[in-house]
Amino acid sequence: MNKTLERAAPFLFGIIGLGLWQAAVWGSGIPVYVLPGPIAIVRAYAGDFDTLNDAFVSTISVAGAALLVSAALGVVLALAMAASSLVRAAIQPWAVILQVTPVVAIAPLIIIWVNQPFLALVVCATVVAFFPVLSNTAAGLAATPRDLLDLFRLNGATRVQTLLLLRLPAALPYFLAGLRISGTLALVGAVVAEFVAGSGGFASGLAFRILEAGYRLEIARMFAALMLLAFAGIAIYGALGLLSHVMLRRREI
Amino acid sequence: MMKLEGVSKTFSNGTLALENISASIGRGEFVALLGPSGCGKSTLLRLIANLENPSAGDITWADGQPKAGEIGFVFQDATLMPWASAAENVFLPLKLRGQSRAAAMPEVKAALAQVGLADFFSAKPASLSGGMKMRVSIARALVSKPKLLLMDEPFAALDEFTRHKLQEDLRALWRRSGKTVVFVTHSIYEAAYLATRILVMSPRPGRIAADIASTVADSTERRTAPDYIDLVKQVSQTLSAVMPA
Repeated sequence: MNKTLERAAPFLFGIIGLGLWQAAVWGSGIPVYVLPGPIAIVRAYAGDFDTLNDAFVSTISVAGAALLVSAALGVVLALAMAASSLVRAAIQPWAVILQVTPVVAIAPLIIIWVNQPFLALVVCATVVAFFPVLSNTAAGLAATPRDLLDLFRLNGATRVQTLLLLRLPAALPYFLAGLRISGTLALVGAVVAEFVAGSGGFASGLAFRILEAGYRLEIARMFAALMLLAFAGIAIYGALGLLSHVMLRRREI
Repeated sequence: MMKLEGVSKTFSNGTLALENISASIGRGEFVALLGPSGCGKSTLLRLIANLENPSAGDITWADGQPKAGEIGFVFQDATLMPWASAAENVFLPLKLRGQSRAAAMPEVKAALAQVGLADFFSAKPASLSGGMKMRVSIARALVSKPKLLLMDEPFAALDEFTRHKLQEDLRALWRRSGKTVVFVTHSIYEAAYLATRILVMSPRPGRIAADIASTVADSTERRTAPDYIDLVKQVSQTLSAVMPA
């Protein structure tokens, strides 16, 4: 009973919140261009169904592509850093500098430099997203149990054998944890890039639709795009959670 | 089978861990390295395994430096790969030397049977108890048919019942196989029960304070035999003599 209630709690809370919101909008007579109620938002979504769904696909493609690039780049750099302390010393500070510089400040440059709009957005989102994969994978590679490394040495393992049979499998949980963080960051990066690019960018993503709706004071449409954005975030987070669940649960039981 | 002559080890931070260790280990012996925590007995084991180099002195082998897989090593933790089954873990040393799975499986099965885990072939480490994991770890050390088995406090983390059972099984295994074993422990009882010879080490810097041969006869009452109890007494007195007051 308690468990069922606990499972239902977020939905109940959401429904109650939406109900109160709608009631407040109706009761106060606040105009729709200031604060639309949930019903107006759903209507706006239904009225602009195709455009908004296209925008959803566009933004999630940018985030997805950036996540794939981040995963590849993060793993390759982490491997290079694990293989040589010289490479580590050379790369690490620059990766940190890139990570701590706000992407909003770099995005205009990237959008000027990279002509192809989709590519420009992916580059921006990758700049934001790749660091967690890199740092987590590097930590995982470094945390390989020393005893197992000794065991591999005692049995004359080559570097490649140690990498494939020990270091990479040992780093997998770390990599997957990094990937989950990077997933949500890739979306943040995609949105920021779209905002910065404005109509000069891909001109079709959710963030662009939010800007556009803002200029036109179509606040209900703005909320509808925002709702889709939240859904994109949940979808990415959920998909990556499922991926790591499948990959890790199966392997240790 | 091997000889340590004047072996010392100083770590890069300047700590002198071992000082002037000389000893020889004969084929078929079961040698216990006994000493308090931090006396360098694990370091000595790592030197024998060639996982570290001595700062001074020589380690010589009667038939040449052991090749890959000729030394079996059992760590304090089972250190199994959690993503691999018991059989895959035991297969590892053979796999690293290029043996195919099909060719190696009879040996893997035999090694698991040797430690009493024939039925746990495909079990993952997470589903095994601490004692069973240690058994897998021992099977992994035995599968490459090493000349020398080095064990670094392998039973220290186990409960007493499991530890006794594993000690008995290890002793039986040693008697059957005639392997040379060097076993690091900080338990006087464990050393006295298992070994044919006990090297007592002094606190840091580690030196060999005494070399005591065991005359305890093999029997099922080994743990309560009078000469076992005498040996425990003798070793205890030696240890308290080398420990600072």
